[in-house]
Amino acid sequence: MMATETTTRGGGPATRRPASRRTYGEGLFRYVSTGAGITLLGIMAAIAVFLIAEAIPALQANKGSFFTDLIWDPNGSQVFGIGALAFGTVLSSMIAIFIATPIAVGVALFISHYAPRRLAGPLGYLIDLLAAVPSVVYGLWGLAFLVPVLREPSQWLNDTFGWFPLFAGEGAIGGKTMLAGGVVLAIMILPIIAAIAREIFLQVPKTNEEAALALGATRWEVIRMAVLPFGRPGVISAAMLGLGRAMGETIAVALIFPATFDITFRILTPHGNSIAANIANGFGEATPIGRGALIASGLVLFVITLLVNMAARMIINRRKEFSGADS
Amino acid sequence: MKYAGRLAAVAVAGALSLVACGTDDNTPAGSSGTASASASAAGGLSGTINAAGSSAQANAIDEWKKGFQVANPEASINYQPSGSGAGIQAFIQGTVAFAGSDSALNEEKGEPEQADARCQTGKAINIPMVTGPVAVVYNLPGVDGLQLTPKVLAGIFNSKITTWDDAAIKADNPDAELPSTPIQAFHRSDESGTSDNFTKFLKATAESDWPHEPGKAWPADAKGQGAKGSDGIASSVKDTEGSISYVEMSYAENSGLQTAKVANGSGEFVELTADSAAKTVETAEVKGTGNDLKLSIDYNTKTPGAYPIVLVTYEITCEKGLPAEEVELVKSFLTYTASDEGQAALKDLGYAPLSGEMLTKVRTAIEAIS
Repeated sequence: MMATETTTRGGGPATRRPASRRTYGEGLFRYVSTGAGITLLGIMAAIAVFLIAEAIPALQANKGSFFTDLIWDPNGSQVFGIGALAFGTVLSSMIAIFIATPIAVGVALFISHYAPRRLAGPLGYLIDLLAAVPSVVYGLWGLAFLVPVLREPSQWLNDTFGWFPLFAGEGAIGGKTMLAGGVVLAIMILPIIAAIAREIFLQVPKTNEEAALALGATRWEVIRMAVLPFGRPGVISAAMLGLGRAMGETIAVALIFPATFDITFRILTPHGNSIAANIANGFGEATPIGRGALIASGLVLFVITLLVNMAARMIINRRKEFSGADS
Repeated sequence: MKYAGRLAAVAVAGALSLVACGTDDNTPAGSSGTASASASAAGGLSGTINAAGSSAQANAIDEWKKGFQVANPEASINYQPSGSGAGIQAFIQGTVAFAGSDSALNEEKGEPEQADARCQTGKAINIPMVTGPVAVVYNLPGVDGLQLTPKVLAGIFNSKITTWDDAAIKADNPDAELPSTPIQAFHRSDESGTSDNFTKFLKATAESDWPHEPGKAWPADAKGQGAKGSDGIASSVKDTEGSISYVEMSYAENSGLQTAKVANGSGEFVELTADSAAKTVETAEVKGTGNDLKLSIDYNTKTPGAYPIVLVTYEITCEKGLPAEEVELVKSFLTYTASDEGQAALKDLGYAPLSGEMLTKVRTAIEAIS
């Protein structure tokens, strides 16, 4: 249709019009994408302003110290502190990362380099499926299944490696522990790390791998010399993404952690709490001050996540130079 | 991942509001709080009232709604279990016709004045309606019928008594073979009226061993482990040998947990049943004036056979001054809930029914709503 029109109107517009339409489209797309970017910044700014505005009155009403008090009672005595919560958030996420990253890398390597093609597809799909399970289900599963199951291994760890501070403790061992929460978090972040790592490993230049093979490397040596160095920054950023996810996880840890307010490295005794879990526990019946206090704790979580992401960026940037990624 | 749940919640909420719209389509759409009630040709009432408040009585209200709608198929009650505080706020703002609450209107917070202002011509009254006994549950295979005094309970929950073979526990249970396992005391990690009531009980009966202020949030100084929600408590106790906790009676029964006998003011160890809990409510002192039945539970009750840890929840509404279209429906709904049939329905749900003189007072108060 267009073609007949242009021919009837003569040659001039026919050459000009597609050009002008293209610039129109170019401009429109530029405005749309710029708009999207600005909207995102606007939303972020609005959230930040809202959080800070809500948090300030509560922080001013705090009769204790927000950074040192190991108690959370903004509704009653108005004494609350973030220390135990921030510590629990970081420790449980660290446990999760510590468990999940090696497994995820192993899974990713298996899918990308070892598994027969017929198995690799369904397995990858299965792992992605793990990410689709609602977090409350993980929480209930952890509470009803994992907590009882971990009881005996915890006792064994305590008996055998009790001298190691993480596994120390006496009295009640096992139950609703940091370890149980950490394991559930590890399972929850496993699909994210595994999926990203798998994509990274698949992008290793074939020439690198073939060069290693040509030099007589075994498959394990290929992975060690070509795949892992190439994938390292990607795996680190995948782990950091998982870490952010673990720190922000709410309902699963609210169900599992015993909501204690102390700082201890004993991951086998029933202790543990996190910022997000505390928000889930406290939001329902909070007074205005209580809500402000919870929002203030959310701000702290925001800052911790920001720091973690910045640290991850730094690591990736530093590693890039000798990763062989530019080949 | 998290959003799936939220979407479902939105969908349910949407469906509920659709239902709400559908049931009073005979009236022009008004503000969400107001509703209409008019006697229909069938003899029953019609219209919708909104209510909100304590989740502790949500099951009771649900059951009553069913019974009420049998007699009044045209009427519907929307009860939002949004928490006592939120319910009272909604009542004060006039968006609900009555509020369910775990505690009576609080003078320190100025709630009675605000609620009276809402009622315009009348005043707001607290009507005790649902009694939820709080069970002390534990997990010790082979040790049934554990007997605990408030003093020992306070010691356990304050993390001062830490093993089951502690001399203080032995003294009350001479025949039981108590193991030396550590005691794992669970409490609610979320804020809850049950915690509020339980800590009030400890404060009232064993002040020297319970130095903490009662409240909905568990005092952090008392230590112990938290579990989220009544179901979280029940499953934690069930999974953990050597654990002890407090939970609403219905959860204790449904989960088949061991329940301890608790000593009342006269030192008698009483087993928790709907009737033994009802005895404590019956003898509660009325603090309110006129038809305001604000109660003061005597946790040290000396009535024989009275189980001392009970949670009384109220319906808060206007004695006079409700909008005309709401009065009839609220009154007839509350009349139903206080009827023998309504109270009998509670027993199966793990609540204790009102009885004796208290029930008479409640009925008189409801009669006066106009």
